[in-house]
Amino acid sequence: MDFLSEYFSSLDPAAFVQALPGNIAQGVLWGIMALGVYITYKILNFADLTVDGSFATGGAVTAMMLLSGAPIWLTMIVAFLSGIAAGLVTGLLHTLLGIPDILAGILSQIALYSINLNIMGQSNRTISVDNFDLVISLRDVYMAIIAALVFAAVIMALLYWYFGTEQGSAIRATGCNPKMAPAQGINIGLDKIIALALSNGLVALSGSLMSQYQGFADVNMGRGAIVIGLAAVIIGQVIGEAIFRKRFGFIMRLIFVVIGGVIYYIVMGIVLWLKMPTDDMKLFTALIVALFLALPYLRKKRLTSFKRLVKINKKNAEAEVEENA
Amino acid sequence: MLEIKNVFKTFNKGTINEKVALNGLNLKLNEGDFCTVIGGNGAGKSTMLNAVSGVWPVDKGMIWLGDKDVTGLPEYKRAKYLGRVFQDPMMGTVADMEIIENLAIAARRGKKRSLRWGVTKAEREQYREMLAEFDLGLENRMSSKVGLLSGGQRQAITLLMATIQKPQVLLLDEHTAALDPKTAAKVLELSDKIIDENKLTALMVTHNMHDAIAHGNRLIMMNNGKIIYDVSGEEKKKLKTSDLLEKFSLASGGEELDNDRMLLSE
Repeated sequence: MDFLSEYFSSLDPAAFVQALPGNIAQGVLWGIMALGVYITYKILNFADLTVDGSFATGGAVTAMMLLSGAPIWLTMIVAFLSGIAAGLVTGLLHTLLGIPDILAGILSQIALYSINLNIMGQSNRTISVDNFDLVISLRDVYMAIIAALVFAAVIMALLYWYFGTEQGSAIRATGCNPKMAPAQGINIGLDKIIALALSNGLVALSGSLMSQYQGFADVNMGRGAIVIGLAAVIIGQVIGEAIFRKRFGFIMRLIFVVIGGVIYYIVMGIVLWLKMPTDDMKLFTALIVALFLALPYLRKKRLTSFKRLVKINKKNAEAEVEENA
Repeated sequence: MLEIKNVFKTFNKGTINEKVALNGLNLKLNEGDFCTVIGGNGAGKSTMLNAVSGVWPVDKGMIWLGDKDVTGLPEYKRAKYLGRVFQDPMMGTVADMEIIENLAIAARRGKKRSLRWGVTKAEREQYREMLAEFDLGLENRMSSKVGLLSGGQRQAITLLMATIQKPQVLLLDEHTAALDPKTAAKVLELSDKIIDENKLTALMVTHNMHDAIAHGNRLIMMNNGKIIYDVSGEEKKKLKTSDLLEKFSLASGGEELDNDRMLLSE
């Protein structure tokens, strides 16, 4: 017992509060990346693993351009465009060459690893806020939260608009019913490519923001990005649906993707605060995502299960026996 | 309006599952023809409709819509000229989208999809009127997700989507087969009304011989990827199901009509 009380007394609530703003800032930044994942995973129904690579590409492009003297806004635009190019490659692998969605993404991802190394010339590059005019930095974490939220809000507004247009509607139709879409004159191959490009563009943009925030770009910074993105999407969806039920509209879904990212990072903050070993963080991530993926399924299953039916039948039979006696 | 010239299509060529689905098929529909299609299982009825739709390229032959050779056009480009309703009510609509969004997507079939808003205000009113004519109460549920509707309601929506722009040919592929008899009758009645009012050229596959005789001005029977019987006008009106059964066993060389559904629905 001594061991337990020692453990709990060693936990410092102030340390958790202190770490909270940083967790929130990271959560919003990963939330922007999760908006990209939302486009492919939820709207297009395409599990795109390119993002692990394109996230780092965004960071790499921004770092190298900054180091060669380009203005920050230009580096972010080029980061966005490089993500679009990555998505295009995945889209072409899938539509032109018939490679299944997950494999096409994995191929792009692995290719991007080499490409990112080539862009940076080494595995990481430092971009200190002291030397560059960065948009966002952990040096001033409250400003970072505000800046990240502004970016998230603008992107959500643009996505809300785009998926309400004729083109965006066609992409939604492609994702939901790819057999029917061609019968309505929709070129589903083209629409998949557009959605993948847009998605990876956003992912690379958030990678650019992340590299500025942490002050460096690293070839491994996107490792596991797809899982974090899925975590944000799914946590947001489960919580949003619990709150809004049938009134959970498109703009709220987008907002809850970012909220999901923040919740994910707060949970990670708690796990760290509890002094869990940092080596096990990916393990916790997997557990959290598995939990939230399973929740809707288990809830549905609870309502209609074989076991439950047997129990009810047994109970009824017993009641009948009692009644007859 | 529609002309199928000597079309061949074989599935799984060179494998043990090789199946000649269309075997030198010829068909010419005149403007305003409402032609019903019957035939046994595997006769090539749905394959014919898919060939016209461009789901895959045919092996040989030509397909003309109006004065345009569409043989080389992929499905999404041909969609401009066609309206289609499928057997599976889930297939023709987007479940996750609202009724009105589905209609708006169909209204833009064959047009460039721009960055203008997906559904305009003017459309909303227009669709409300169209749906009200259906008498299914759908005009008050235009913002409901199509996934919440019954199979019959979904087929009605698909029918409206297929004809919201006048198609050169309307293709109905057993579009009432998955519905209960009462709903099927209602959807058929709607189909009749829409075809009649818009003077559409239509091709309707059905397994119900009564329906095949009662609807349209022309009837064709298929077997082994070919048309084996083609009747129209007065002669068709006088047809009885027994005639069709007889014709079938005669034309197919004594082969039994091995389609229980057709026999049962007599």
